[in-house]
Amino acid sequence: MKQRKQNSSAAVPIMDAEAIRRALQRIAHEIIERNPQLAQVVLAGIPSRGVEIAKRIADFIRGIEKIDIDTGIIDVAMHRDDVGTRPELPVVRASKLPVPLEERTVIIVDDVLYTGRTVRAAMDAINSFGRPAQIQLAALIDRGHRELPIRADYVGKNLPTAANEKVRVRIGSINEPDGVWLIKE
Amino acid sequence: MSTRWSRKDLLGLRELSAEEINFILETTDAFKQVGTREIKKVPALRGKTLVNFFIEPSTRTRTSFELAAFRLSADVINISATTSSLTKGETLKDTARNLEALHADILVLRHSSAGAPQFLGNRLKASVINAGDGAHEHPTQALLDLYTIREKRGKIAGLHVVIIGDILFSRVARSNIFGLVKLGARVTLVGPSTLVPREFEKLGVEVSHKIDNVLPNADVVNLLRIQHERQRKEYFPGIGEYTRFFGLTKERAKLLKADCLIMHPGPINRGVEIDSEVADGLQSVILDQVTNGLAVRMAVLYLCGGIATA
Repeated sequence: MKQRKQNSSAAVPIMDAEAIRRALQRIAHEIIERNPQLAQVVLAGIPSRGVEIAKRIADFIRGIEKIDIDTGIIDVAMHRDDVGTRPELPVVRASKLPVPLEERTVIIVDDVLYTGRTVRAAMDAINSFGRPAQIQLAALIDRGHRELPIRADYVGKNLPTAANEKVRVRIGSINEPDGVWLIKE
Repeated sequence: MSTRWSRKDLLGLRELSAEEINFILETTDAFKQVGTREIKKVPALRGKTLVNFFIEPSTRTRTSFELAAFRLSADVINISATTSSLTKGETLKDTARNLEALHADILVLRHSSAGAPQFLGNRLKASVINAGDGAHEHPTQALLDLYTIREKRGKIAGLHVVIIGDILFSRVARSNIFGLVKLGARVTLVGPSTLVPREFEKLGVEVSHKIDNVLPNADVVNLLRIQHERQRKEYFPGIGEYTRFFGLTKERAKLLKADCLIMHPGPINRGVEIDSEVADGLQSVILDQVTNGLAVRMAVLYLCGGIATA
């Protein structure tokens, strides 16, 4: 994702750094509005870009409400239902969540919401840490094509796509500006 | 997110690159975290069947693999020398092919012959994990030793690791040497010249027969068990004499740096290669090794098992 391939495929810019900033700021406001008990909220990012997005949302919430909410990392690789059917094994990373999760509201944060399978795996992973009062879902991009009954509570941008298109998100790179592109093969 | 792992078998550390070893250690971090959860079980290998095939007796390695498989949601069958048809004259290959006919996905093999895991790995579709073959290699033990050093000291490169004891007959020592040298540690082997011959210098390590000269500049001391069951009489005069010259006694432990780690693959012979006070002391990480062994084996089963069925 870090390198842009210079081949026949066309990359259509969807969001620039400023658009991403505004979208995440709005999501921060929506989270505050939806969750009166803000101190109970945990933002759990899915590696790697979800972790960066969760951090940015937490920064916005701190700026608006002067409150430090907990963030965490929820790795889904070992909870996926397709190990052994994909040509490459996903890299597993250590998860980190504040425990106990009882009475907490865990908000799963990912860059692109697509089939919903990653989110299902994330919910399974969260349940192995304990039983949160509520699980919500935030995604920077919702590109549709769900294969499971899953819906996001907070969306940065709805992006209608075809199944053979790809969405590329770059966020938190040291050298290059943030952005979202639609790749047409 | 693609992996830097493409092997279905783990046969030894000799054939692995430093990058592959580091990748296993990084994957182990993720699986060690699972052990701290309320529910210590993940579905990564759900529906897979693992066969623990132990031709030589072993309790801790077998149970560690078994628990690792349970935590990954795999199903486990245990077969030991006495319960297998090997005692009825069936060849290793035929036994293994029968296991494969039952659609076993992962075969964890301990065998008295060096090379047995490679023999089966080359012939079976299933993933083969070496759990110790003769005096050849014991890769998961070395990986858990490497992981424990990395966890406690934050690095491996540049550390001075001293391995003491029966090196000649030790697959643990051999796997440790390959791994430590690849990751940039300085390794010194210590023991009587009959058990620590100079030939080992060819592997890129130092050899010493005087423990008291080596201990003061060690960062890690790894003690190997004197294997009575394998030992022939001519290799050393007696247990008492071994302890006098090479045992890590209370007095000798005072020569060590305060932050030197004391390791032992177990089972320990208290009063032989290590005094009780030292084994239970603050510098000892022997029980951390057991905990880390579980996480390392989860990582290895996930990586090799995932590749074999992909």
